[in-house]
Amino acid sequence: MRLTLGPLLYHWPRAQLDAFYAAIASAAVDIVYVGEVVCARRSEYRLADWLDTAQRLTDAGKEVVVCAQALMESEADLRTLRRIAGDGRFMVEANDMGAVHVLAGHAPFVAGPHLNIYNAPTLALIASLGACRWVPPVELSRDSLAAILADIPAGVATEVFAWGRLPLAFSARCFTARHYNLQKDDCGWRCIDHPDGLPVATREALPFLVLNGIQTQSYRVHSLVESLPQLFELAVDALRVSPQSSGTCEILATIRAAIDGRCSPRDAADALAPHRLAAPCNGYFHDRPGMALVDAMTR
Amino acid sequence: MLLRRESAVTGIAHSGDRNARRVELVCPAGTLAALKAAVDAGADCVYMGLRNETNARNFAGLNFDERAAAEGLRYAHSRGAQVFLALNTYAQPAAFTRWTDALDLAARLRFDAVILADPGLMRYAAQRHPSLRLHLSVQGSATTYEAINFYVQRFNVRRAVLPRVLSLAQVESVIAHAQCEIEVFGFGSLCVMVEGRCALSSYATGEGPNTVGVCSPAKHVRWEETPAGRDVRLNGVLIDRFGAGENAGYPTLCKGRYVVGDSTYYAIEEPTSLNTLDILPELLRIGVAAIKIEGRQRSPAYVAQVTRVWRAALDACVAAPDEFVATAAWQRELAAVAEGRQTTLGAYHRPWQ
Repeated sequence: MRLTLGPLLYHWPRAQLDAFYAAIASAAVDIVYVGEVVCARRSEYRLADWLDTAQRLTDAGKEVVVCAQALMESEADLRTLRRIAGDGRFMVEANDMGAVHVLAGHAPFVAGPHLNIYNAPTLALIASLGACRWVPPVELSRDSLAAILADIPAGVATEVFAWGRLPLAFSARCFTARHYNLQKDDCGWRCIDHPDGLPVATREALPFLVLNGIQTQSYRVHSLVESLPQLFELAVDALRVSPQSSGTCEILATIRAAIDGRCSPRDAADALAPHRLAAPCNGYFHDRPGMALVDAMTR
Repeated sequence: MLLRRESAVTGIAHSGDRNARRVELVCPAGTLAALKAAVDAGADCVYMGLRNETNARNFAGLNFDERAAAEGLRYAHSRGAQVFLALNTYAQPAAFTRWTDALDLAARLRFDAVILADPGLMRYAAQRHPSLRLHLSVQGSATTYEAINFYVQRFNVRRAVLPRVLSLAQVESVIAHAQCEIEVFGFGSLCVMVEGRCALSSYATGEGPNTVGVCSPAKHVRWEETPAGRDVRLNGVLIDRFGAGENAGYPTLCKGRYVVGDSTYYAIEEPTSLNTLDILPELLRIGVAAIKIEGRQRSPAYVAQVTRVWRAALDACVAAPDEFVATAAWQRELAAVAEGRQTTLGAYHRPWQ
């Protein structure tokens, strides 16, 4: 089973991006996804910087995938998409059907978690267009995944979102800008002050969500580490870790050790706890509300 | 009024004199009574769902069984209106045939179009029922012409409904490059998230729009009177608290008040309705083929009132686009039934861009 690092979903200063990906070059990870998925206005790294980063990671021996943006609205967004697809050096993760349309028949691609592949016929369709790996929607349960994998087309690998705050929703509206009473087109890039998202709590102080620009995420950290035996049973090919502002390399090393059987899933979960930004959840995998925590060991 | 009963499939929407362009008014039918109200009030098309999770308004007491659907089709067709079937959730592996059965039913009953989001289901429809007209649902999250043309070229989709996230200039660009008709939302409850790309409800309750066709489902809602106010919880999560005299609408997760930093406010969106009446001439000018009214969960009275206002506005605008003014009376009527009694231009106005 391979381990992947998903695209960075937050907006970090350039120096932090440089240091992060320099560390990732020697981290315990097989596949690294780079690129801006959330907001086209973010410019600490422009596309050329992402492609340079992709090349450096490739040179360091990583398999690299460049991600297309999830919510595309403008002609400029489409131009970026075409540049990503036209570069030719790296595989591309498609996160909307426009990207699939541009990539289909030209190059193998990764079908990202925002493509809404909820059943085997849809996966067969996307595979026939060139997908060689797919990431199920985060809300898909283990049982639904098992049903889809029973009919998985040959040559398609499955990668499951296994660690991190869940990307739950996209909007045209920037909620970080809204919080600061700023217009989206004059936002001052305030999301750079929130390297793991801006927490939203209920009025009884229960942390619930985080705002990340136009994206809304779970406050809790989705973790499937303790479900490793079930993920092996499903013959899942890869697990995805979502980047966070601290501890990402340690998280990758710990999950790698658990995959390799060098520590038990429960011990891995304990070792991960100090790096977890918030309480864990895993409800989606167990066909429960996503925020729920089910004891995977008793399932 | 003269043009509105012509066939939708003749391609009139993209030809001829600008003033003669036909723009369809597409209205919600949660029940047979609402369907009749919409048709009687001047809807060109009505859309409905079946009584299960195959559509995005899978609410108790709503929607149609086969018999009611057949009666609705008879009623609408005999009065020159079309009927669309919304099959706009994502087919779940354990019950895939429930969705394909619904498609077979749509073909058998001769619906004028089906509104689909799931690509796998779309392929099934295109292969099994090639003469069935396909519309891409807003739940398909297609926000660019590249995404829309994917569905056109693969499945011969004839119309796409745009998510409520694009500016007017962006909608215009989509229309200029898309190889099918474009339908936009005109009025109704507003999803602030991109439709088809929101798992907030399933995160809190296990049930959401994509998989079950619900959002913030009523069975998970609890109201409690407390010393602090009137609390509303969604599966235990406090999503809002109302003071004395505060108007409380249906508690949708994204329209509650939360605490961010030191502020307590509508962190995501106020309870509000989309209302594009003010920019109707622009929508017609850029060539939208149809305007959709949201609200299959609303009463027949709501449907009748909103349809009546929009019928009058659309006819006035088509007849004389340069002189069109959204009258205060129309706006009053719409505001009276709007969620939170307030309306917004949503992504069409600047703070969203």
